Amino acid sequence: MLSPAEQAALDAELPHYPARRALCIEALKIVQHHRGWISDEALRDVALALGMTPHEVDSVATFYNLLYRRPVGRHVLHLCDSVSCWVMGCDGICDHFRNRLGISFGETTPDGRFTLLPIPCLGDCDHAPSLMAGNRIHGNLTPEKLDRLLDELD
Amino acid sequence: MPTLTIDGVAYPAEPQKNLLQVSLSHGLDLPYFCWHPALGSVGACRQCAVRQYRDENDSRGQIVMACMVPATPGTRIAIEDEEARLFRKSVIEWLMTNHPHDCPVCDEGGECHLQDMTVMTGHCTRRHRFPKRTFTNQYLGPFINHEMNRCIQCYRCVRFYRDYAGGRDLDAFASRNHVYFGRSEDGALENEFSGNLIEVCPTGVFTDRTLKNHYTRKWDLQSAPSICPHCSLGCNTLVGARYGGVRRVLNRYHHHINGYFLCDRGRFAYEFANLPIRLRHPVLPRPAAAKDGAGRPPTAAEAIAAIRTRLRRSRGLIGIGSPRASLESNYALRRLVGPDRYFSGLPQGESRLIAVALDILRDSPARSPSLREIAEADAVLVLGEDLTQTAPRMALAVRQSILQAPAARVAALNFPGWMAHAFQNAVQDDRGPLFIASVDATRLDDAATAVLHAPPADLARFGFAVAHAIDPEAPPVPDLDPETADLANRAAEALLAADRPLVLSGTSLHHEALLGAAANCGWALCRRGRPAGLGLVVPEANTFGAGLLGGRPLREAYELVESHQADTAVILENDLYRRSHGTDVDRFFDRLETTIVLDAVQTATTARADILLPAAPASESQGTFISQEGRAQRFFPVLPPTDPVAESWRWLGHLHPDEARALRSQEAMLIAIAAEFPFLAGAREAAPSATFRLNGAAVPRSSRRFSGRTAIHAHLSVHEPKPPEDSEAPLTFSMEGTTTAPPAALVTHYWAPGWNSVQALNKFQDEVGGPNRGGDPGIRLIEPRNVPRAYHNAIPPAFNSREGLCTLVPLHHSFGSEELSRLAPAIAKRTPPAAFSLSPADARERGLGEGDTLSIRIYGRPVRLPVRIHPQLPRGCVGFPAGWPDLAGIHLPTEGHFE
Repeated sequence: MLSPAEQAALDAELPHYPARRALCIEALKIVQHHRGWISDEALRDVALALGMTPHEVDSVATFYNLLYRRPVGRHVLHLCDSVSCWVMGCDGICDHFRNRLGISFGETTPDGRFTLLPIPCLGDCDHAPSLMAGNRIHGNLTPEKLDRLLDELD
Repeated sequence: MPTLTIDGVAYPAEPQKNLLQVSLSHGLDLPYFCWHPALGSVGACRQCAVRQYRDENDSRGQIVMACMVPATPGTRIAIEDEEARLFRKSVIEWLMTNHPHDCPVCDEGGECHLQDMTVMTGHCTRRHRFPKRTFTNQYLGPFINHEMNRCIQCYRCVRFYRDYAGGRDLDAFASRNHVYFGRSEDGALENEFSGNLIEVCPTGVFTDRTLKNHYTRKWDLQSAPSICPHCSLGCNTLVGARYGGVRRVLNRYHHHINGYFLCDRGRFAYEFANLPIRLRHPVLPRPAAAKDGAGRPPTAAEAIAAIRTRLRRSRGLIGIGSPRASLESNYALRRLVGPDRYFSGLPQGESRLIAVALDILRDSPARSPSLREIAEADAVLVLGEDLTQTAPRMALAVRQSILQAPAARVAALNFPGWMAHAFQNAVQDDRGPLFIASVDATRLDDAATAVLHAPPADLARFGFAVAHAIDPEAPPVPDLDPETADLANRAAEALLAADRPLVLSGTSLHHEALLGAAANCGWALCRRGRPAGLGLVVPEANTFGAGLLGGRPLREAYELVESHQADTAVILENDLYRRSHGTDVDRFFDRLETTIVLDAVQTATTARADILLPAAPASESQGTFISQEGRAQRFFPVLPPTDPVAESWRWLGHLHPDEARALRSQEAMLIAIAAEFPFLAGAREAAPSATFRLNGAAVPRSSRRFSGRTAIHAHLSVHEPKPPEDSEAPLTFSMEGTTTAPPAALVTHYWAPGWNSVQALNKFQDEVGGPNRGGDPGIRLIEPRNVPRAYHNAIPPAFNSREGLCTLVPLHHSFGSEELSRLAPAIAKRTPPAAFSLSPADARERGLGEGDTLSIRIYGRPVRLPVRIHPQLPRGCVGFPAGWPDLAGIHLPTEGHFE
């Protein structure tokens, strides 16, 4: 069952779409906003709310890399590993993550603070290497700059 | 004639088709994956690249996907262009980067479209040095094996399963080179047509799980053309066998019936023929068997001699036929016992239903439609039949019909219908009219414009009201509630407005008025000048064949024995315990002096036989079935029945006391049938006769690559035995024979040079996706006749539930209701447990919940079953599982008493 807050958010979106199932992405974003990630249960809740099957909803949920089908940390850091960032040394940033936090791509720190995920291009090539934390892009990354960023995020 | 040019050669332009289809139809080898004649083009796999030139002066041209370009006049393309060739080769190389090199252990190996296309493009050296991505496979149920690593992302599976078959539990997941086709979680694929994934998938992702139990490569299979014996539609199948057992069933293309697709019941039911419950030897009463001495089973000759002795002594012989036995077998029985003593093997009520159905169709201005015509109808009314459960492949055809009206509406947009994504985009949620009137919810309801769930009598009243709304001359329905009347008007309006309206009904609810109502609708449309179709579903593969031979109802056979006018019965492939109430059947057997039963498997009836003859199942028989469409079709044995097993008609021919009148060949049977029943004369033409030859040779059942022929019997003898002879069919049990493609009725394999997979079918069609080369098999025996028919007017009174009573309605299940298929292990895994289905209101009144035990007195005896609550079931109706042995013999209509 969707929570009252989730249902209200969904109802608010409803008038903007021609068909219920067109809300699928929006519904998943709402549920992720409230629950942090999309569990199998969340999948069934969304399916029920939109008259879809869990298989159909999962098909959408697994397509987008900003929808999480596994539990994630408080902060999800999307590090670009596309061409420009690779040329500009994103591998070094990756190594720094491993050294400082002990995590690689797809992993979460034991304290549940950070999750590191790859993302192919943030459109920030002129500031490569670059990562996205929350809704903010952080470019021209160096290990030092990354340390400052990690310290800022609680 | 307007032309187009392919590699410098002019071909007729066919602007309504695409270049890939046209190229393939002309026998040109152009590789492809995502395109499928029944699913259209999406241009996803980039495999059918060709170079297209603007005109004869254009020497540069551009690479296009042949499946996405209409074959319009003046089009110039080159398949053999060097860059296009390299493009195709590199596409395969890229698909192969993640495809495992597991062909030797892959079930698809040797009949793999991906293998064929890889060889066709010339890709043979691997340059990719990196690890391949791997997936976890899923358990998808007893029918389908899943091996995702082999996937090449052509999307055919979901396009068939979701877009074509309406399934909602198979989907594409993730993205990029992690795209995964499966379910959200492990579990059996729910759709009744999932087995088609085996043939739709161009490689080994979805393979036949039942085949895995007794795996054999395609080239080692002996195959024969057969007709599915598990419902009345007569879908064409290819049965494959080795080591004396059936190994699998594939679709055999019939342009007018099953097309490219079968239902799962038809595909996976074959295993019943391999079970230990198969009868392999005659069984004789103890005194006769004692002479044999050391427990050797009696031979065929001994059995025949014993039966002849019994028949001579008999003071009255009767024969009980069967709607699941072939036309020939039923006729042979009728000839043995005489027309007056031949019984159809059906109880009175069902006998009458079949007679009514035949009467409606045989003199009808409305046409009994083929499945293709059903798929092409643009307005459909389904009256009382849960098609997905009683005639599954017809439900799949109806599902296609709802796109006909939208297709006409988007025709103005001027793009070809085979552009699948453009079509979906243009159509959106628009669907054509489909009205379903059924007792309970059906698996087609999601496709329906409107549904009516009501007791059988009210469904019939609705049908009569539709007919009256179409033609005021048709009898009106008194006291119809306004809601139903309104729905009837809507349905009538939609049918009248359609170019190809269609009415479907059937006998599964055992409610005669439904047939009358359906007939009225069809005839009313004809009277209003509409070219209506009228299709009736009947229970078994040869229900119409047996019905056309006449035969008295079962009740009269019981009476004849009861009154001592008969003491010996020959029962042909019929389990009477499924037809009549157990106590009646027991009494019948108790009073018989001699019971002779012919059947392929053990049943409750064979357990009562004094003499038992092992009959060959359809897969080991030659014979003719007449489908619900009225089409006579021939099936051929894939294996020679191992002596002493034989076709029932052969046994019965041997039993005939008068040698001069005995018929010993199938051909002789058909000639005799034609002489006695002129309207069945066409049955003889259903397939080429035994003397048919191609270039002087018969058609081989085994492939030329068949291996181990000399070794296969090495444990018995080192000498190679002579292949078994087939005197009845123009087919050989051998790899020797004609190399020419045979007529469609005799096709044993789809195979062509360079084309080892089922896609080789392309080479057997006039044009790809079109009729079989040389015509599609079978003879329609029932054609519309423009005769004046009086409307049926036996309109039943409205349903009234009575206190303490319930109307029993049979609820059919695709996996479980049909007698033989429910024996197959894979089907049995999908068979739900027996239950009484209750409406929520009835359950509430009795304080019953899901799973509680309910006792209902039927014929004075309590039957206890768990409760299942069906939200759509009307109050006062209790559904029971049709065809479950413990609930057999209920004659409908019957009321049950709640206890």
